[in-house]
Amino acid sequence: MTDVALPTISQDAPPARPGRRISWSWLGLLPFLIFAAAFLIIPTFYLVNGSFHTESGAFTLQNYSDLGQPTIIEAFRASIEISVVTAVIGGVFGFLLAYAVIRGGLPGILGAALMTFSGVASNFAGVPLALAFTFTLGATGLITVLLQQVGIDITQSDFTIFSKVGLEIAYLYFQFPLMVLIMAPAIAGLKTEWREASENMGASTYQYWRHIALPILTPTLLGTMILLFGNAFGAQATAYTLTGEINIVTLLITRQINGDVLNNINLGYAVAMGMVGVMGITILAYLWLQRRAARWQR
Amino acid sequence: MKGTRLAWWVVFIIGALYFFVPLIATFIYSLGNPIAPGAPPPTIDAYGSVLDSSQFWESLGYSFVIGIITIIVSIGLLMPTAYWVRLRVPRARPLIEFITLLPFVIPPIILVFGLIQTFSHGPLPLTHTDMGSNILLVAAYTVLSFPYMYRAVDTGLQATDIRSLTEAAQSLGAGWTRIILRVILPNLRVALLSGAFLTLAIVIGEFTIASFLARPAFGPYLNLLGTTAAYEPAAVTIISFGLTWLAMIMIAFIGRGRTRVAVTGAR
Repeated sequence: MTDVALPTISQDAPPARPGRRISWSWLGLLPFLIFAAAFLIIPTFYLVNGSFHTESGAFTLQNYSDLGQPTIIEAFRASIEISVVTAVIGGVFGFLLAYAVIRGGLPGILGAALMTFSGVASNFAGVPLALAFTFTLGATGLITVLLQQVGIDITQSDFTIFSKVGLEIAYLYFQFPLMVLIMAPAIAGLKTEWREASENMGASTYQYWRHIALPILTPTLLGTMILLFGNAFGAQATAYTLTGEINIVTLLITRQINGDVLNNINLGYAVAMGMVGVMGITILAYLWLQRRAARWQR
Repeated sequence: MKGTRLAWWVVFIIGALYFFVPLIATFIYSLGNPIAPGAPPPTIDAYGSVLDSSQFWESLGYSFVIGIITIIVSIGLLMPTAYWVRLRVPRARPLIEFITLLPFVIPPIILVFGLIQTFSHGPLPLTHTDMGSNILLVAAYTVLSFPYMYRAVDTGLQATDIRSLTEAAQSLGAGWTRIILRVILPNLRVALLSGAFLTLAIVIGEFTIASFLARPAFGPYLNLLGTTAAYEPAAVTIISFGLTWLAMIMIAFIGRGRTRVAVTGAR
């Protein structure tokens, strides 16, 4: 049994109580609302507000037009590229892996093992993950040394683990396991009756996939890939430990907090808002697809 | 069909290699990287020096304590709220769900940016003292736990007839505190324990927020060690992986084999 606890906006409408005024019951929510206001809403609003003002406090939209500076554009471009690449590769491979153990005819024990490994790997992110890849593909890492012994010296090539490609390789370590965890229940939910019914009516394997399985799985597939996108886009610790040099949005903000590299603290707030904007669109797209996917999960 | 089965094996083996090779590499490195040309034979000295180091134990202990406090604050805040929403103010549900989803939209780096700016001056200059920074750290981790903790609690409540339980408890004379602690809480044991171990796994390795708040936590310790020592960081990485593994096994054990997928956000 697998039980997916992903964020959803509930669809069961609350009981209608027309004309009823705000009751004292709302007071019971105050501790949570005050906490969320103090440590989530107000700090975010501080950044929103700052992004619309100059350092002397006058209202301005200049910070947003300054987002067009080459460094900032390049940071967003690189972040989006890394997120798209790892979401697509991680998504496709994670899907195939989940399908392999559930419907590919592999021994059942491998499926159970894969789910456990995926649970661990999807949570093995940040500093230790970055270090593990340094020990694997760094100058004296295992693969580097083994390749040298067969005559391939990757230290002499353009490849380095401390680059954008290196970062993508590291991100994939938590990306595809997350895909496996979310896709497995969806694949297990493909009813064998659907396949049998289509075969009885003379459908080929291709037709079954093209007209039945893929249309049912597509919202979950796309939705999860979007989630993977957000997962990579917001990651900071892995990138920071692996390479401080690369210009991606989370590291640009890191440098901005540490030393005002943009020479304008308010522009820093606008960069942060740009990031929140991308994450916001990501989550909205995810929720929309999640709702479509729910239709088949009854 | 034989050919396709072979193809699925290939997919599985690639996945298994991706999972294990970095772990094997890290383990070999932690033994003094004996495979490197001219390296001495394998030794467990790195583990010895890590386990002897007070910084290792202090940072791990600090993160563990922060994790426990975060769990208490998170459950103490979200459990009564989710219960109250279901019982008395279902109209507040969309608002509460929206707020508990916000940490996905506001990743840790942005959250800590806002927290530093808000609490470095003004009426509550929390970043100026150690205790204030500790409070901010717990608060930030509690916010990060909102999405999965609220979902876990709410799903647990859905499976429980809280209305009947509440009325039964009330008719026997129980007050709200007693109802929540003695009646509702035990019914949510599985959901809360899974959430608790997940929180522990996340908090112990967290880097972004802890480093900006200059806390002596495990994540920043490991990051610093990675730039100053050779084989010790590999040893600590293996230990850290073991801790993640332990937390996940506890979650699987508590959930009696049900795998809960909780999306915990970017790191």
